[in-house]
Amino acid sequence: MPYNVKEIVANKPSRFTSGHRMCAGCGAPPVARHIMRALKPEDHAVVANATGCMEVSTFIYPYTAWTDSFIHTAFECAGATLAGAEAAYVSMKKQGKLPADGDTKFIAFGGDGGTYDIGLQSLSGAMERGHDMVYVCYDNGAYMNTGIQRSSATPKYADTTTSPAGTVIPGKTQCRKDLSKIMVGHHIPYVAQTIAYMNFKDLYEKAEKAIYTEGPAFLNVMSPCPRGWGYPTEDLMKINKLAVETCYWPLYEVVNGVYHISYKPAKKLPIEEFLKPQKRFRHMFKPGNEWMIEDFQKIVDERWQELLDLEEITNKNK
Amino acid sequence: MIMTDINANTPMEKLTPGGDIYTAGNARDFKTGDWRSSYPVFLSDKCKQCGLCFPVCPEDAIPVGKEDLKRKDFNYDYCKGCGVCAKVCPFGAIEMREEGVE
Amino acid sequence: MNNMSIRERLSGNEAAATAMKQINPDVVAAFPITPSTEIPQYFSTFVDNGLVDTEFVAVESEHSAMSACIGAEAAGARAMTATSANGLSLMWEMIYIASSLRLPIVMSLVNRAVSGPLNIHNDHSDAMGVRDAGWIMLFSENNQEAYDNLLMAHKIAENKNVMLPLMVCQDGFITSHSIENIELVEDDKVKEFVGTYKPEHYLLNKNEPIAVGPLDLQSYLFEHKAQQAEAMKNAKQVILDVAKDFEKMTGRKYGLFEEYKLDDAGIAIVCMNSTAGTTKFVVDKLREQGVKAGLLKLRVFRPFPVEEIAKALSHLKAIAVLDKADSLNAAGGALFEDVTSAMYVNNIHVPAVNYVYGIGGRDTKADDIESVYTDLSEIVKTGKIDNPYRYLGLRKEGDK
Repeated sequence: MPYNVKEIVANKPSRFTSGHRMCAGCGAPPVARHIMRALKPEDHAVVANATGCMEVSTFIYPYTAWTDSFIHTAFECAGATLAGAEAAYVSMKKQGKLPADGDTKFIAFGGDGGTYDIGLQSLSGAMERGHDMVYVCYDNGAYMNTGIQRSSATPKYADTTTSPAGTVIPGKTQCRKDLSKIMVGHHIPYVAQTIAYMNFKDLYEKAEKAIYTEGPAFLNVMSPCPRGWGYPTEDLMKINKLAVETCYWPLYEVVNGVYHISYKPAKKLPIEEFLKPQKRFRHMFKPGNEWMIEDFQKIVDERWQELLDLEEITNKNK
Repeated sequence: MIMTDINANTPMEKLTPGGDIYTAGNARDFKTGDWRSSYPVFLSDKCKQCGLCFPVCPEDAIPVGKEDLKRKDFNYDYCKGCGVCAKVCPFGAIEMREEGVE
Repeated sequence: MNNMSIRERLSGNEAAATAMKQINPDVVAAFPITPSTEIPQYFSTFVDNGLVDTEFVAVESEHSAMSACIGAEAAGARAMTATSANGLSLMWEMIYIASSLRLPIVMSLVNRAVSGPLNIHNDHSDAMGVRDAGWIMLFSENNQEAYDNLLMAHKIAENKNVMLPLMVCQDGFITSHSIENIELVEDDKVKEFVGTYKPEHYLLNKNEPIAVGPLDLQSYLFEHKAQQAEAMKNAKQVILDVAKDFEKMTGRKYGLFEEYKLDDAGIAIVCMNSTAGTTKFVVDKLREQGVKAGLLKLRVFRPFPVEEIAKALSHLKAIAVLDKADSLNAAGGALFEDVTSAMYVNNIHVPAVNYVYGIGGRDTKADDIESVYTDLSEIVKTGKIDNPYRYLGLRKEGDK
């Protein structure tokens, strides 16, 4: 059935409810809700959540915003926690301890802190062992829950509370880690980068593939934080659009090692367009700092070219 | 056990062990509408039912009809007034107004 | 008493792995660490040879081992693990989470010194590091007890009035790697004794989705912690009830602690795990010499049997508490603090001294234990304790 957002929102129940306490305009809830909608209505899910904004705002005793089963244990172990639940499912199903009908799907959510950094080992272990689960990183590029500290997902030059744009050091001095490619290096069947864009088709279809691909899958979803990035809350979708159109956040999927770029902008926008509306990059626009923007552009161009090359190489060998 | 009966005055014997919740999705009982400093107004005559506004709502506060697949008026119980919907609307069918100002 | 039990010769690790095989848990998640490594090794052999129904999750760290056990147990499964020392230290965060989520996970803890510096040999610093974590902690003198304690573990942990995780401790190398005679219970009897786990609420119940592990703020965490405390209090009677059932099946009797020649003793040692074996030997020897020596071997360290211990020691003239871990608090070991405070709150005053001993696998010989009884006799005679916080078997300048 072709993707129809009205059909989906009207007829597939929201499994991430209203009444959660994430900030107004947060980029993460629309992402999580739409990913959960990619589940078949008859399937049950066990969701694991790393400690972070999403967890502390969606499950405050005695209220949960998740209509499926949900577990939070700690910051760095959503991967291992969900792996344990999946192993329980495999074992109990095999022994006839669970009803034979209906499937249970396993989905983990973590921010970039819980995924790129403190939870990387647990994630890597779960992916390597081949559990049938999806790990979703909602990447907002810093530790937002504790107040905007830099992470390995924070872009170069970004002003955060632990990489402040000072008079000597102009924000974060290191580049972002490319976690999606690290996941590709695990040789798992499905890895994708996506975003909430336009009518959310890219997000939904990748979520559906990730959930219904047998074995481990990883989704990396850029998810802006108005507070941490310093833009007006209403501009969420504009920021997402600029991330895609500047190739800052390329949309692609890697199916069994073969790259496919989901969207190639006809005319790549200059990176200033993405940087300018965000206060975290404000210092880059001061006179004399043009070199930072040039350097940022160079990094984006190199990464984009690398992706084009990977697409070509992996399809040639096919 | 009815989870919504649990509150800050509930004695320890009546709390669920480990803080488990057995009524999944009960956050719907927690209204976030009072967070708003501005609110969206749905101008239905301008709306072309393009479908861009409702998936972006972080609060799931824009209901869509099961039969007619048309968006309905806002659910102000949850809308936090972020304004994302108004910004994505290509037809000016959502207007943001300040709370408490007539 | 049944006569059908199986006589075997097993190491402590083999005994633990055998118990796990007979329990046949749904999930085992473990990471190797000396001296408990053999347990997941043996167990994965059972898995790969189809002797159990278990999913074995070969995790990449002990933190993930406990995380996976939590995920599995919350999902509705019976989950087990094994570890030692630094492995337990790495789990520490999750150890607290397991008990707070009220998940009756069972762990085999093969006690070893926690780094640093690095040392792979036995002491109790790993167990003492989690003594306030809300786990039931059973200690085992020998392979038989390590096995028996594991067979009793699930019936205790999964009791509706308890629902707490449980660890069975035994001494690294001293019992884990020593082959001893052991009496095993037949597989079908174990199966019947342990029963099946039927949690009331669990993640995999699609008819009642649940949420586990909330943000639990000022209005609730205190009450949830008090619920844990209540469960720990309840555990004491459950441990005794399960021991009674176990005795019916095997003839082997267990309590909160074992009193060895204690009732008519004038002086006594309090200790845990394998040191009790050495101490029994010394008690027998001293008794032959007319010295009224006794022993209290603690089996149940958490919950701590406050009233029972105080009562059992009340008639003594002097006691020595042996701690195989130093608290580094300039006051004495953890067991000493618990024993003396138990007596204090029960209004019982018996002169008491503490010996920190056996650190990092330092051998504790019969002579060392005998020297403790000699010290106790001296205390009884003089009525004086110059220093209650002592070391046993430590080299110092001026030693002979």
